[in-house]
Formats: sequence, C-alpha cells, structure tokens
Amino acid sequence: MPKKVVSGNYAAAYAAKHARVEVVAAYPITPQTSIIEKIAEFIANGEVENLQYVPVESEHSAMAACIGASATGARAFTATSAQGLALMHEMLHWAAGARLPVVMVDVNRAMAPPWSVWDDQTDSLAQRDTGWLQFYAENNQEVYDGVLMAFKIGEHEKVNLPVMVVESAFILSHTYDVVDMPEQEEIDEFLPPRKPLYTLTDFENPFSVGALGTPADYYEFRYKIAKAMEEAKKVIKEVGKEFGERFGRDYSQMIELYKTDDAEIVFMGMGSLMGTVKEAVDILRSEGYKVGAAKVRWFRPFPREELYELAKNVEGIAVLDRNFSFGQEGILFNEAKGVLYNTDAKPIMKNYIVGLGGRDITVNDVKAIAKNMKEIIQKGKLDREIEWYHLKR
Amino acid sequence: MNVLNTLFGEKKAKAEKMVFNSVEEYPEAPVTLGTTLSNFTGDWRTFMPVIDESKCIKCYICWKFCPEPAIYIKEDGYTAVDYDYCKGCGVCANECPTKAISMVREEK
Repeated sequence: MPKKVVSGNYAAAYAAKHARVEVVAAYPITPQTSIIEKIAEFIANGEVENLQYVPVESEHSAMAACIGASATGARAFTATSAQGLALMHEMLHWAAGARLPVVMVDVNRAMAPPWSVWDDQTDSLAQRDTGWLQFYAENNQEVYDGVLMAFKIGEHEKVNLPVMVVESAFILSHTYDVVDMPEQEEIDEFLPPRKPLYTLTDFENPFSVGALGTPADYYEFRYKIAKAMEEAKKVIKEVGKEFGERFGRDYSQMIELYKTDDAEIVFMGMGSLMGTVKEAVDILRSEGYKVGAAKVRWFRPFPREELYELAKNVEGIAVLDRNFSFGQEGILFNEAKGVLYNTDAKPIMKNYIVGLGGRDITVNDVKAIAKNMKEIIQKGKLDREIEWYHLKR
Repeated sequence: MNVLNTLFGEKKAKAEKMVFNSVEEYPEAPVTLGTTLSNFTGDWRTFMPVIDESKCIKCYICWKFCPEPAIYIKEDGYTAVDYDYCKGCGVCANECPTKAISMVREEK
C-alpha cells in the first residue's frame, strides 16, 4: 500500500482526489487553505480529470455551489474553518434538508473574538443540529480514511445526508505524518460512482427541490431525516467494517475503546487530543491506574448504544471537552450525560474544559485529571461538575 | 367565464392535489409536492382587481405587468384575472392607462 508523508490537510486533499470528487467549491481560510490549494494544484498539474473547481466569494456561496452540484448528481466537496463554517451555517441546513451527501472537511479552529486560528471544537459542534453527520479524526490517517468513508456513508441509499470530517487546526492540519493511501483501483472498488436520490438534470421530468412545505407536510420530512440518521449508525458500522477488511484499519465502532475492558476511569473525548490521552493511559497503567480511553469518532449520529455499553461497566468518566456551550457545559459532556439519564448506567461523570483556542493538552494534564478522578471515586462525590482545568488562578 | 380559457385551461381543471396519508408515502427528499395546477395562492388576497371592459383598450399592459402572472387574454381579446392565483397586489390597477381596473375589498 503506497505511503505518503503528508499534513492532515494534504491527507484531506488526497482523499478528495481519490474519491474522484467532481465539484469542489471553496473559499480560503486559515488553517483550511492548504486543502483547497492542494486540490487546485492537482487540477493545474492535470492530475485529475472531470473535476470542476468553483472559486466563490464566500463560504456561504461555497456550500450553495456544492448543494447545486450535488443536486445534479455530482460528488461535491468543500472545506472550511471556524468563521467560514459559521457563515455557511444556513446552507448546511439546506444540504441536509435537500438530502444531498456533500462532504466537507472542517479544520477545527476557535471562534473569534478574540481572534484565534488555533484548535477548538466549538465551531463544528455549533453545527450540531443541521442534520450533518460528524466524524472527528484523531490523526492524519483518520482524516484521509474519514473523507473516503464519508462519501460512502453519506451517499448510502438509506442515508443521503451530508458528512463533515473534522480535524484539528495545526496539530493535524499542518503537521506531517505517514498516511497509507490505497491504490486508486482499490478505492474505486470501495467507493463506486454515486447513485443520487434524484438529479435536477432530469429534464424530461422537471421538478423542484425544497419548495414550500406547509405545516401539513414539513413534519414528515423532518422525521425522514431523523430516521436516516438512525439508519446511518448501521451504515457507519457496515462501512467501517468493510473499510477495515479492505484496507486494514477498522472503523466499525463509533466509539473507539482503548484499554477500557477493566478500566475504572475512562477518559472520553474527540479528535487529536485523544492521541495524547492514549499515551497518558499507557503511562498511568504502568503506575497502577486502571484507566482507559473512549474516543468518540462520530458525534452525529451520536453513538448512544455504544456509550451505554461502556458506561455500565465503569466507575467514572472524565469527559474532556475542547469546546464549551456558554450557559451550560462542555458539549460532549452534555450529550453523554443526557444519553445515560434514562438508563441504569450511572458512572460518576465530570467535565474538564481543556485546550480552548489551541492551549496544549499534555500527558501531565491527563495524569492530573486521572488523579482528581480517582479521589472523586474514592469519596464517591464530585468536587465540582465542570472544571476549567487550565484556568490561571 | 370560460373555465378552459384560464391561465392553464383544461390542464388546471383536471389537476389533482397530491395527498400523502402516511410518512412512507412521502418522497424521501422534499421534492415537488404537487404544482401550481393544484396549489392555489388566490386566497392570500385582500383586494381583488375588477376589470371594467367598457374602459379597456386591449393594450395588454396589465397582462404584461402581472407578476404572478394571473392575467390572461380571453378569446374576445379582453383581459381577465384568474382569481385562483391573483394575490391582489394591485400592480395591474396601478399600471392601467385608462383606469379600467379597480381594486375592490373582497368579502369572504
């Protein structure tokens, strides 16, 4: 299998190329820009055929162009970050509502102000309710694999929904690592051409999409999206399994479990920070701590069932949120607690707000969190529910 | 009024409204749920245009300006309003050079 040393952004660009995307519409924004620069380079070098690149005047237009392209049956791709994603927000609802499997890479970047270009998950998590699937990559390999799977899952006949593949600013986007890339023929077998739900270029049978839905009809279309999201859980597992069989990296679990079998304390989180957490788990285990890691790969659809299976066997879950919902708590923490409320699984759960705006999360930080969690479990009582872990006091 | 000589003629007279009785009957994506042949917008109206043919000079300015377009030309050459679609905007009455169209409050 060919290997390349690439940044997370180049991994995304190669994946889009290998997925044979037909339309790319994008607008530059740090730290996403090198994704679309690389794709432009593929076109300039004549490395791709049948790929239309649409330079647009904003991210809102980028997504609008992708929606139009996707509605004609084309495979459409874009990428953005933070303020750009926020500007796209309205169109994200349109892509999902019109059931168009556009794939986008969002390079997680903190929302301004204050101005920041560093890693923070609040931008993508603020798109939670748009009807997009969300996959969080831990490393460059997962960025590449995630984009390939995103097309297959989003375009599945039972799904037909857009998919966001999320990677960390700089920690992945601009950091080089070895990425396995299968041969093009192998990818073509895994990812055949798209079979669209409808095509607006069916001129013999003209119709409109997304016209008025009165109170008599709107409700049913919402239900269909909800149902497709539930179906997507099965499709994710199937496609993740197939990916593993073909390429040797299994993604059949929506939550990747690391040394959780006998764990008393589990660290839960998403994205690149989970790489650090796994390192810390190894060190902590050598020091006698029974700890494990649960990396939430898919935030939408949310892996309710897998979370329950994990939670019923552990004493404490430390949820590490590189994001925050003002007036409430960390967003993953909020979701995870909600899932368990109506179950018999009642581990002690504590929310650690970490790494906002790109602040480093180190192995020592995770070790300190483990120590704090152990004390809490021994006392059987939370010291506080939400901990702003790095706060200068 | 000759029903067949409206904007869509016989096509509209025969059109059936699409009805979905269960969620399964709906299309998966929100594509066309019927057409203007069966989905009328005339009941949005408050004022209705009434054409006085004695003042009409058949200039067809109303027919050209109607944004809907809900004005059609009858066989006798005079214009008429298809009230299934007219939203009562009053553009026709405003544009008519001979003031042949008056906007009348509609009683329902």
